Amino acid sequence: MDTLSLIATASILIAGLTTAIGVIAPSLGQGRAVASALNAIAQQPDASPTITRTLFVGLAMIESSGIYCFVISMILIFANPFWNHFAGN
Amino acid sequence: MNITPDQIIYWSYENIRINNTLVTTWAIMILLTGISWLITRNIHPDKPVDGKQGVLEMIFITLNEQISEAGLQNPARYLPFLGTLFLFIAFANIATIFPGYRAPTGSLSTTAALAFCVFLAVPFYNIYDMGLKAYLKTYFSPNPFMAPFNVIGEFTRTLSLSFRLFGNIMSGEIIISILLSLAPFFFPVIMSLFGLLTGIIQAYIFAILATVYIAAASKNN
Repeated sequence: MDTLSLIATASILIAGLTTAIGVIAPSLGQGRAVASALNAIAQQPDASPTITRTLFVGLAMIESSGIYCFVISMILIFANPFWNHFAGN
Repeated sequence: MNITPDQIIYWSYENIRINNTLVTTWAIMILLTGISWLITRNIHPDKPVDGKQGVLEMIFITLNEQISEAGLQNPARYLPFLGTLFLFIAFANIATIFPGYRAPTGSLSTTAALAFCVFLAVPFYNIYDMGLKAYLKTYFSPNPFMAPFNVIGEFTRTLSLSFRLFGNIMSGEIIISILLSLAPFFFPVIMSLFGLLTGIIQAYIFAILATVYIAAASKNN
């Protein structure tokens, strides 16, 4: 196997693994956040606008760690610096 | 498939390139300034408030409230910067409803520039408020051992600010274009709708985080 196909294989494998493993923790976190928010809304329905707003901001911030993994995968597939380096030579 | 709108190049001469990001950013800036200028051109205390001015005042008051709720007294000082950040990002993300449009926030160069503005604005506002010495002292709170971490935190939060916005918008676009080839028409529409929601939330988060960063340094003192 020459260098280019080695890089391609590693990139595709790691890109899939990055998103697959990296998404586990944020999704667990988001599930916990939504569950607590639902509990809070059930106990205090009056405060639901505030809770919902805070929940959305919190969810987006938790989501960003999953998004980082996705960005890494996308860089590996579409803008791999090593690929361009070796393909150029 | 282009991962960022930076790769769509309209005109290039040696090292100078005019790409999609640049064009849409300038178009949005001209549109936002033009609309605001048109509405505020002939407002007067004696005149009755018309619909357009009412909408603008609504946005203005909401932004003011949000800034003061996040912990900055006297929001009028910070509104030009924070309000512009929010309006620009929100408008750039909402405009995806037009076909053929690529959001400039889906390019890392735009989001990095915006995050760099926040990176500069934090010391700017705080040095102006409390002086250079008192501002540098905030790096040594709660104790001097935390100084390196405070400095690192300054950089990492700028990085995460830019990556958060870029990743969210870019991932939305990529998922839509993948779905277009898998299940055309129905699912891409739902994902575009979801993208509008994410776009507004991300604009809100970007502005509120900038507010919190500015407020945090002044609170420590």
